[in-house]
Amino acid sequence: MKNAKEVVVEKSLMLIAFSAIFMLFLIAVFIFKEGSPLIFKIGLKNFILSAKWSPLEGQFGILAMIIGSLWITAGALVIGVPLGLGCAILLSEFLPRGITAFLKPTIELLAGIPSVVYGFIGVVVLVPFIRERFGGPGLSVLAGSIILGIMILPTIISISIDALQAVPRSYREGSLALGATQWQTISMVTLKAARSGILASIILGMGRAVGETMAVIMVAGNAVKIPNSIFNPARTLTTNIALEMGFATGDHRAALFATGVVLFVIIMILNILANYAFGKRK
Amino acid sequence: MNAIEVKNLSLHYGSFQALKNVNVQFQEKMITALIGPSGCGKSTLLRCLNRMNDLIEGVKITGVVNFRDINIYAPGTDVVELRRHVGMVFQRPNPFPLSVFDNVAYGLRVHQEMKKIQLSAIVERSLQATGLWDDLKDKLSETATELPLYQQQLLCITRLIAIEPKVILMDEPCSALDPIATAKIEELMLELKKKYTIVIVTHNMQQAARVSDYSGFMLMGELIEFNKTGRIFTNPDDKRTQDYITGRFG
Ligand SMILES: Nc1ncnc2c1ncn2[C@@H]1O[C@H](COP(=O)(O)OP(=O)(O)OP(=O)(O)O)[C@@H](O)[C@H]1O
Ligand SMILES: [Mg+2]
Repeated sequence: MKNAKEVVVEKSLMLIAFSAIFMLFLIAVFIFKEGSPLIFKIGLKNFILSAKWSPLEGQFGILAMIIGSLWITAGALVIGVPLGLGCAILLSEFLPRGITAFLKPTIELLAGIPSVVYGFIGVVVLVPFIRERFGGPGLSVLAGSIILGIMILPTIISISIDALQAVPRSYREGSLALGATQWQTISMVTLKAARSGILASIILGMGRAVGETMAVIMVAGNAVKIPNSIFNPARTLTTNIALEMGFATGDHRAALFATGVVLFVIIMILNILANYAFGKRK
Repeated sequence: MNAIEVKNLSLHYGSFQALKNVNVQFQEKMITALIGPSGCGKSTLLRCLNRMNDLIEGVKITGVVNFRDINIYAPGTDVVELRRHVGMVFQRPNPFPLSVFDNVAYGLRVHQEMKKIQLSAIVERSLQATGLWDDLKDKLSETATELPLYQQQLLCITRLIAIEPKVILMDEPCSALDPIATAKIEELMLELKKKYTIVIVTHNMQQAARVSDYSGFMLMGELIEFNKTGRIFTNPDDKRTQDYITGRFG
């Protein structure tokens, strides 16, 4: 029999848990309630397939932002995935356990640096560098991609190391005992055995890149125009909301919420994919 | 003929000495069993023969292990090449999480570029040699880690003989298997002996008596006695061997 005290504790914990979930649910409902009417009003096609964004004239096409997000996220992955995976392989397969045990938490700490700091470093160091080297404003897709590529490194490295370290030692021994080199062992056995965890790390990193706002506002230039080179400025879905929410009213405000709906759906899909990848590991 | 000759081999894990001045010779195309109580250093000795102990941090090894008259602990030894010739079967079956085919083809792919047809032929021949072909010929693309345990262990032997090593080291290969599967593996070992030199670590005294030609009895890092298996099991020289064989300790 549970005593009364236990019952009270249990019930109140339940209440707290449920209210937290309920709040998240309310936020989701709120975003959809505010955003979806506009999508219905102007039509989904006009909303996401038109690049005309001029709120004052009642034109709300977010294609430029979708493409901006795509470019910058893809760029972040091009930079972050090889670097992150390389780092994870080095840490898990080559360095002594003791060093890895120290370096891994250190890298995870990098995830805690506020994004405005990353953005600031980008503005001070990276943007002038790109401007001087490659011309253009410097504020660009490239700058956004590099900063985001660095920002997603801790996610990719940390989860990939976990995945690699979860690969049984006996697989590696089996491979080495057949006369495989360490590289062959890593590429033909270890990476294959860890692939779903690694995939999950990439998807989670991608989610972070899609959702990041502050650092991107600071370095990507924010022009509402489909970028046609990596040296062009671009605006992403998140930065669109952040930049205009201060003065948006009426349909304009609804259009920003609708942008939020699109983001919400993208992040949901990424999370489902990541969960699926994680689930397959068993 | 000696396949492997061990001279004055000592091994330390950190400050703990696990092998003490071991001297032994493993005859070509014979089965040699290493027996002894738990923790006496059987696996450690076995893993010295293909330098698997190199993978453990803090291991110090002194002495000589000659494989085909060359000391494998001499500086500059190609460990990868060594392991290609001195393969190992582990206690827990450890097929790769790849298909049956890819498991058997693994060693071949690692060692040379091979045409697909050639590869298939060798995979088939190897599976036939271990008696797995009939059971698995329709399951070549299934994931090996989902096979029954005894098939997994046979597959591990198969992927080894696919690259035709000279020596096969087996560390308690049957300890995870039931008696029927154990009998199958023992039968296979007697068959493989025609082509390969086999060193097997076993806890199972009957197994050592059944399959091996020579036996070595180890105790606390020392090789106490080494002789023809018949002799070890009927009339050992050392009292400690006698005690172990008759089950008085261990
Ligand atoms: N990686 C290691 N680090 C430190 N000590 C170890 C290590 N591996 C083994 N040892 C120690 O070395 C001794 C010999 O171990 P080994 O595994 O060779 O014994 P074994 O005869 O194979 O025993 P078992 O029959 O239980 O498999 C044991 O005392 C063990 O505790
Ligand atoms: Mg052992």
